Amino acid sequence: MKWSFDILVVGAGPAGIAAAVTAAEAGQHVGLVDDNPAPGGQIWRKGAHLPATAHQWQARLDASSVVRLHGWRVFDCPEPYLVRAERNGSWPAHPDTEIDENRGCAELRCRALILATGARERFLPFPGWTLPNVMGAGGLDAMVRGGLPIAGKRVVIAGTGPLLLAVAAHLAARQAKVAVVCEQASLSRLARFAVGMLTEPAKLWQGARYRMTIRQTPYRTGSWPIAALGRDRLEAVTLQQGGKRWDVPCDYLGCGFHLVPNIELPDLLGCRIEDGFVATDAMLRTSVPGVYCAGEPTGIGGVELSLLEGQIAALAASGNIDRARSLARQRRRRLGFVRALQQACALDPHLRELPEEDTIICRCEDVRHRSLHDHATWRDAKLQTRCGMGPCQGRICGAAAEFLFGWHAGSVRPPLFPASVSSLVSPREPALADESLVAANALHENAKETP
Amino acid sequence: MSEAARSIPLTVNGTTVRVAPGTTIAAAVLLAGDATRVSVSGEPRGPLCGMGICFECRVTIDGVPHQRSCQIICSSGIRVMTDEVLKGSGGTGTP
Amino acid sequence: MTAAADVVIVGAGIVGAACARECASRGLTTIVVDAAGVGSGATAAGMGHIVVMDDSPMQLALTVYSQKLWREISAELPGDVEFEACGTLWVAGDDEEMDEVRRKRALYTSVGVDSEILDSQALAEAEPRLRRPLSGALLVSSDAVLYPPCAAGYLMREAVRMGARMLAPQRILSAGIGRVQLENGTELHAARIVNACGVDAARLLPGLPIRKRRGHLVITDRYPGFVRHQLVELGYLKSAHFLTTDSVAFNVQPRRTGQLLIGSSREYGAENSGVNHALLAAMVARAQAYLPEIGELQATRIWTGFRAATPDKLPLIGPWLEDGTLFLATGHEGLGITTSLATAKLLASAMLGEEAEIPAEPYLPARFLHEEGGTGLGQQVDAPERSHV
Repeated sequence: MKWSFDILVVGAGPAGIAAAVTAAEAGQHVGLVDDNPAPGGQIWRKGAHLPATAHQWQARLDASSVVRLHGWRVFDCPEPYLVRAERNGSWPAHPDTEIDENRGCAELRCRALILATGARERFLPFPGWTLPNVMGAGGLDAMVRGGLPIAGKRVVIAGTGPLLLAVAAHLAARQAKVAVVCEQASLSRLARFAVGMLTEPAKLWQGARYRMTIRQTPYRTGSWPIAALGRDRLEAVTLQQGGKRWDVPCDYLGCGFHLVPNIELPDLLGCRIEDGFVATDAMLRTSVPGVYCAGEPTGIGGVELSLLEGQIAALAASGNIDRARSLARQRRRRLGFVRALQQACALDPHLRELPEEDTIICRCEDVRHRSLHDHATWRDAKLQTRCGMGPCQGRICGAAAEFLFGWHAGSVRPPLFPASVSSLVSPREPALADESLVAANALHENAKETP
Repeated sequence: MSEAARSIPLTVNGTTVRVAPGTTIAAAVLLAGDATRVSVSGEPRGPLCGMGICFECRVTIDGVPHQRSCQIICSSGIRVMTDEVLKGSGGTGTP
Repeated sequence: MTAAADVVIVGAGIVGAACARECASRGLTTIVVDAAGVGSGATAAGMGHIVVMDDSPMQLALTVYSQKLWREISAELPGDVEFEACGTLWVAGDDEEMDEVRRKRALYTSVGVDSEILDSQALAEAEPRLRRPLSGALLVSSDAVLYPPCAAGYLMREAVRMGARMLAPQRILSAGIGRVQLENGTELHAARIVNACGVDAARLLPGLPIRKRRGHLVITDRYPGFVRHQLVELGYLKSAHFLTTDSVAFNVQPRRTGQLLIGSSREYGAENSGVNHALLAAMVARAQAYLPEIGELQATRIWTGFRAATPDKLPLIGPWLEDGTLFLATGHEGLGITTSLATAKLLASAMLGEEAEIPAEPYLPARFLHEEGGTGLGQQVDAPERSHV
């Protein structure tokens, strides 16, 4: 099997799975590459308590001819039809194990590229947010699905967005003691959202189902954490609602302020970005020929919209325009939800007052609020303070700084994620037994010809 | 979880931990009660995003530093070291 | 609005910042304008190597002088400048390159720069991660590294402390004949205007003999102690054709943070800031050829920048004769960080009619004005270049 595909899908969340499965079922030779060790992305991360839809798509993926590269992070895309990825956990041979075969860097070629890179949580800095056991809401959920025992642990969930209820319900179902869910949005804003969603009964039901699971747990609106307390790890969190403040002892705080789309790869490829999201037409075509985008990077709309977009992009990329058009009509009807959700999750301006002077904003480089707020631009702050210069490349502090200071991050450059220095030279051969690397490796040849 | 289900042995800072198949290295480090990282100004850190974005969960795995432990599943016999031990003992974190 | 000063400096890179500090310290009222912020152009893209270089006697004189100036203020530099007197190791791969080591040592000794020849064994002990065997190296202990944006930031703060004003970000429309016009309508008047715009200098002064020369750098995650000195190859000796074409060389720098900077590359004609993957690959392969284990480290960022290259590889420092108010401080190619302090001294001396500590003539812009009736551009042949810093 060649590492050369008709269609390459980047990201194995709902949009990516739907795209890969749909394209493969349409007869295309499809590759699916994803940073996580298993398919499902964040919302369908492996573990119990997944909806039936997830199992159905997973089964279709398993039955399909899709070539899957899980645990590979895409770090460069030198041209639209060439993706470079490096295997996670590539470390030297260990005498007791055979993990040497895990190492590798691959060049993946394709005729069409579908970007389904998903979203990450937005984190807002507040005093104590760097303490161990303060995580994102989705972050805590991912850790639990990755084997962190949560039964009997005291948990506070906070931030904004529908993810909070989903996480609280999941953790409660695993016998966590969810003390409280704090939603920053006001009750009136949420009510407007709920009314707007009457056209979306499935969504409302989903929310109600979560509420049933956690019905013993207070759900406080217009409320957020103002401090995480503890010496070497989290011991309690100070919450605020209106003029009221109180401490809640807890083992874990899961706090995330809705989602930020992962648009670094589309941005690197030169896809047009509008208002922070990848611009596409109804067929999910980006401004770069042959490059499609599906799911959260085109607008935060949740699982059902992502599934639709993945299918539309795959059908369009494989030439099934009529079927793509009919799904596009369904998609159009759901776009109102994207706008309503964005409005409902709009951040309360008071959240800008959360960080104190010595609160760390950039966790990679430990850059504090006091050394940032006098700079005029993101670039100025970055150069003078190292803010955003660490290995996360500003993915965490950049979104916070945009909210706190109104700065916009600069251009995206490779590597999109840290990658081995040697991977910048030429890919190593991926050691999957029955597969070999494409013969033509232009970059490698160039490197050899250059004296 | 039953002890029988914890079939994968690994060491975290020299202490043997047994985890269930499919457990991430980040979860194993938390199970061992350790921080994953010591920040550049000396703060202990743990995982934040759980999805390979934030780089707070970086540990040294079999001598190779800066590995994102939330994105790697535990395999039998691996040796995980965190900054608290590496920096505390004067180690440099170099491979 | 309008404002007046003794000096208006256009460009707040490390050269402009150093000039501002020097002018302010001489009691000149000084205004600095920049289209972006302090140290955000070539200053931000460079390695920050304070190095003595000997492509020509004039380059040697300038770098030796400027390095001495850096050493004099090193104690007062704040921590974020990350000044580290780690020294440079000029690495020799064979006997021919060892001859160059000895030539370099004799030359450096003649101008009072201490250096030490390491044999193969001593080099292996000094830098255990270098491939073996190598023939040896020249250790120049007085060389240092620093973090250029914060160095520029410090120099600018010093200038402001002594009374200078900074206007940024402000796009500059024109600079000359006693006047600097900003896009926001502001007009600055001064008897002396300094063009310190690096590669953008020619935008304000068309015809200036400056070409963009793009470079790439890679920075790694933190690996404290991986290497201890700035490491530069002497292998360019066998690559004569690199003088006129794109080239790469082994050049690795340890940062105080434990990060490593991996360089270097040079290319003419590249106008955009994108990454040239083939050149990057060749550059990294070169580093791997000297430091085999470097391939295992995590690279966190790659960036490019533009050096302001002149035909004779020397900067343009001093009055621009066609405009009695205009002075130049640009064209520093890959040595702007090192030579910024000396540039500021030479510039201030030229403005105030003083004699400088080293002869200023080799760097005067007038050297490009002597040919028949014009700037003589286009007839210039690139000077030979032996180093790759």
